[in-house]
Amino acid sequence: MNEILVWAEQRDGQPASVALEILHEACELAEPLGARVSAVAIGRECRACAEELIAHGAARVFVVEDARLGLYQADAFTTILCRLIGETRPGLVLLGATSVGADLAPAVAARLKTGLTAHCTDLHIEAIDEQEQLVMVVPGWRGNMMVKIVCPEKRPVMATIRPGVMERGRPDPSRKGEIVAVGAEIDEEDFRARTLEMVRESEESELEQAKIVVSGGFGFHEAGGVSLLEELARAIGGVAAGSRPACDAGWVPESRMIGQSGSTVSPDLFISIGASGAPHYTTGFAKSKLIVAIDRNPKAPVFDIADFGIAADLREILPALVEELNRGR
Amino acid sequence: MPLQILVCIKQVPDPERFDRITLDPATGSINRAGIAPVTNPVDRHAVEEALRFREALGGSVTVLTMGPPQARKCLEDALAMGADRGVLLCDMAFAGADTLATAAVLAAGIRSAGEFDLVLCGNESVDGATGQVPGQLAEALGWPRVTHARKIGFVDGGKAALVERQIEGGFLRVEVRLPAVIAVVKRINRYRLPTIFGILEAGKKEIAEVGCAACECAGIPAEAMGLEGSPTRVAGIFQTHRKRHVEMIEGDPKEAARMLIGRLREMDAL
Repeated sequence: MNEILVWAEQRDGQPASVALEILHEACELAEPLGARVSAVAIGRECRACAEELIAHGAARVFVVEDARLGLYQADAFTTILCRLIGETRPGLVLLGATSVGADLAPAVAARLKTGLTAHCTDLHIEAIDEQEQLVMVVPGWRGNMMVKIVCPEKRPVMATIRPGVMERGRPDPSRKGEIVAVGAEIDEEDFRARTLEMVRESEESELEQAKIVVSGGFGFHEAGGVSLLEELARAIGGVAAGSRPACDAGWVPESRMIGQSGSTVSPDLFISIGASGAPHYTTGFAKSKLIVAIDRNPKAPVFDIADFGIAADLREILPALVEELNRGR
Repeated sequence: MPLQILVCIKQVPDPERFDRITLDPATGSINRAGIAPVTNPVDRHAVEEALRFREALGGSVTVLTMGPPQARKCLEDALAMGADRGVLLCDMAFAGADTLATAAVLAAGIRSAGEFDLVLCGNESVDGATGQVPGQLAEALGWPRVTHARKIGFVDGGKAALVERQIEGGFLRVEVRLPAVIAVVKRINRYRLPTIFGILEAGKKEIAEVGCAACECAGIPAEAMGLEGSPTRVAGIFQTHRKRHVEMIEGDPKEAARMLIGRLREMDAL
């Protein structure tokens, strides 16, 4: 493998956090192989992100700018990425598993008739069937198992990486890289599906960027509802989130769901309250720097993955925590 | 503007029982014995959406699945909800397929089943959870796609659909020409449960079986199917051990709260 291509998702010239995480991972993989890492940014005006991508490890940034590409255009992005892959022949193509990346990658892989592995948490080289291969590790069965996937013959190998699971490296602004402007070369047929507008909804977002996440599970039922969760999140300066049962019960919006079918987060501090710790939940925050678990049941599996644990009645411990936090200000 | 709609569905092991799946350390294979198969949860929302369109606009709803003979059950459930007919893609040649080979066979099955204006899918299955099949199916059909759809309407006299497509922190409004593949998320609707009448009626509806030969006739060569048509391979499965060393904080709630907050402040975590 002599070339790794990273699709750098961006909005208004700002690269997505996951793009920088993937770049770091790509560089780690590329170094022992002597491979080059390139990034591609597609948008209306996205040259602004090229410097940052270079600082984060891209040796080359392809910039594809076109007035029609201000919003994600599924058909057009697929065409552009397929053409660029055809011309640069990378051995590996990586994309962030954002909702847009998860739409783009499968279509590109299908058009190139190559293999794609979704939501990887680890990439490494390993001898499989007596051959050094890129192994992609993905959580299976809602995180109960980890599955190693290989793509022995077809090229490029393609993978999507879930936001928040890879570490972002330190940028080095002194790094030099090449910026290559590439024409979009798209026509009407590349807009069979046309994105007309983007509508922002305020209640969502923030979760992935949060330094502190306070997450409630079904145990909140006994704690007297969700207002305590919000109160604690406010007192601690964090964002409130929840497990699937908490979301299904309507206590936390689906956009704030932690776990296999929701978001993966790795904040500095993750506090899980009233959730027993099913694997499809814990996989959504297992890489947090510090994990605090609070649950009534001292044998709850959530304590196995926590740094600090308190086994107590939520009706007593939560008000005590809020009081303690507010007292220290 | 009646629409001929096909809905792709999948039978999966009951996700509520995933924690009972074990790994045989000797063979490295998964044991899911005793876990009942169910229809992939989000696929029911796709069936519901199709039924609502038929009720409002006329047309037909065909449900299709690829799987072993017992996958017929999920087609029967969709027929009991109100779908008109079922197609079961069942052949040993389809076994071991990754998403690319799955999409190829689904596309062949759809072509062999008739002409459709719209193919609906659930956005992803709970077992594989890749979310790759809808987009790869669209490519195999040569159609446009919209995934993560949370609202669908029709415009331009039924020649196009207007879709709200969920993204982080909001949504995109997408207009897509038909025929198209649209993959839906759960919040798009609340699905109905089959009625007794629906279950009785379902027994009278047709489920066509389609095998490898029919898919070849629809333009998919045998080497594009199943394990042979799959670029990716499972190289191994292992169980995760994510244990950290936990420090349990004891004492009455006030004491424990004070201790915890103190420790977190000490570590500059707050």
